[in-house]
Amino acid sequence: MAWNEPGPGRDPWNQGPKRGDNKKPPQLDDILKRLKERFGGKGGGGGSSGGGLPKNLPAGLIGLGAIVIVGLWLASGAYVVDEQERAVVLRFGQHIDTTSPGLHWHLPWPIEDVEIVNVTGVRSVREEATMLTQDENIVDVELSVQYRVSNVEEYVFQIVDPDLTLKQATKAAVRQVVGQSKMDFILTDGREEVADETKRVLQELLDQYKAGLVVTEVNLQQAQPPEPVQASFADAIKAREDQARLKNEAEAYANARLPRARGAAARQIAEATGYREQVVAKAEGDASRFDQLLTEYRKAKNVTKERLYLDMMKSVLGGSSKILIDADKSNPMLYLPLDQMLKNAPRKSSGGDPDYVTIPTPPSSSSSGSDSSAAEDNARSRDRSRP
Amino acid sequence: MKNSTLITIGLVLVLAWVLVNSFFIVDQRQRAVMFRFGELTEANFAPGLHLKLPIVQTVRTFDGRVLTLDNQTENFLTVEKKNVEVDYYVKWRIDDAATYYRATTGQELVAMDRLASIVNRGLRDEFGSRTIQQAVSDERNDIMSAMRESVSSKVKELGISIVDIRIKSINLPKTVSDSVYDRMRAERARVAADLRARGAEEGEKLRATADREAQVTLADAYKTAEGLKGEGDAKAADIYAKAYGQDPEFYRFYRTLNVYHDTLGAQGDVMVLQSDSPFFKLFKNGTP
Repeated sequence: MAWNEPGPGRDPWNQGPKRGDNKKPPQLDDILKRLKERFGGKGGGGGSSGGGLPKNLPAGLIGLGAIVIVGLWLASGAYVVDEQERAVVLRFGQHIDTTSPGLHWHLPWPIEDVEIVNVTGVRSVREEATMLTQDENIVDVELSVQYRVSNVEEYVFQIVDPDLTLKQATKAAVRQVVGQSKMDFILTDGREEVADETKRVLQELLDQYKAGLVVTEVNLQQAQPPEPVQASFADAIKAREDQARLKNEAEAYANARLPRARGAAARQIAEATGYREQVVAKAEGDASRFDQLLTEYRKAKNVTKERLYLDMMKSVLGGSSKILIDADKSNPMLYLPLDQMLKNAPRKSSGGDPDYVTIPTPPSSSSSGSDSSAAEDNARSRDRSRP
Repeated sequence: MKNSTLITIGLVLVLAWVLVNSFFIVDQRQRAVMFRFGELTEANFAPGLHLKLPIVQTVRTFDGRVLTLDNQTENFLTVEKKNVEVDYYVKWRIDDAATYYRATTGQELVAMDRLASIVNRGLRDEFGSRTIQQAVSDERNDIMSAMRESVSSKVKELGISIVDIRIKSINLPKTVSDSVYDRMRAERARVAADLRARGAEEGEKLRATADREAQVTLADAYKTAEGLKGEGDAKAADIYAKAYGQDPEFYRFYRTLNVYHDTLGAQGDVMVLQSDSPFFKLFKNGTP
């Protein structure tokens, strides 16, 4: 463990003496040996001067015992202060000195006494509680406080159980800070600030109590909504994700929609350009063909006309079935098995054709229908060319 | 010889007892009061070794360090008649040992009880004039400093001084905290609905903008395309007009033949012809 945490049952005042007891035996042995040697020498001398009377022996033993006891008593004043520790020395209960690490000696009890305190070891307390925020919400907060002794005299003399005091002050400080903050702030980006503020308030309290402690670190390990409302909070967080998701989906839609539209637009323009080129080229082609034909036509008008007409008739009549009706103008009703004829040569268009089509013989010189009139024209022109 | 030894031992013991009872030690952490036959004669001893008369004078010592009163969770009503559970601690120390002894006969428990009842009364008044929010947040420090002041003057008669009165926690009773949880849930639900609606709003806006831009792009393209087509048509018409204008009659003839050629005489056409049409003149008459 990096730090030394005094348990609740352990009284920090008693650490010193216990430690002293542990260190004593080896030192005492040494000192005793030395004392025995010295005393043995002196005792021998005394015995010889006293005439070697056996009566003197008990007195010598008593003296030896007394000296041993005094020696032990004096030796009990030795104590060792570890590198991590400082010791306060009390003479008749009055503080007279504070000693640094090393081997020391104090006047033995009851004249002087010593308290040894670990000062550099970092201690720690945890606080985990549900508390009210400024906006009357409830949060679960878990934090740890690390601290150490900064002033040995204050730590020892000023206050009963400074470590417990720190625990109480931590409870008060964190609730005070949380009580002055809004819940959202605590749960989201205010964690550092809450921890810092708690540290500040806590240190102020400790200074006020002269507890001799310094807070080295306050960690807000957890700040979360209490268990009964966690589901709602989780849903709100999910809603935030949903918001982002809806936006992203729309952006994806937009990203897909716009390039497609631009592509379609480009295609439309390209097609239109193509159409323009096409109609112009066709017009030019048609015009060129017509021009050349016209040149030839002008050279021999009737012949060319006749030839063109007959070429057309050949191509039109050559490929199709023909029925030649040699009838006069009496306009009889004719029944033709058109359906059979059509069946023999199936055509695409078969609208609402009746089984039998009644074809009235057209008047010899009809005036309606552009095609027939054109044909008439052609015929006439051919007639004209004939004679 | 035997008697003298016993007397010596007795004398030594008596002397030792007298010696031990002629001194008393006041620790750095203690306060002491001295009595002469039960009458309090002196207080305020400095730490160290002091002399006293055996039997005649007796000494009592108390803890002179800062002590803590911390065993209370009290219920107080706030101004809106809500019950709150308040946990607090009081840091105090013995100020005047003589007064302290007279008031409490030197028993810490008695002092704590007296102190607790004074503090409770004070806190009841302070909470009774504030709302929960004020007590929890804004005026928490005010309550504590007001308490320090009022309690300090009242505990003078106990011979103690107040180092600090501090509220550790203010908790709501279960029924109230349940309604707080309900409110928090409703609040979160509102936030969640708001966020989702905002998301839908942003999404719809983005879609609409994209649709609009796409539509505008297509419309612009249509405009340009139709313009191009019209340009082509116009140019073609111009070319045709120029070419065909040279001989409109021949154009009509030529064009008509082309239309016949293109529209008639496909495979499967059935043509019903009259034999007296000019085309069949030669066919019928035999002579041209």
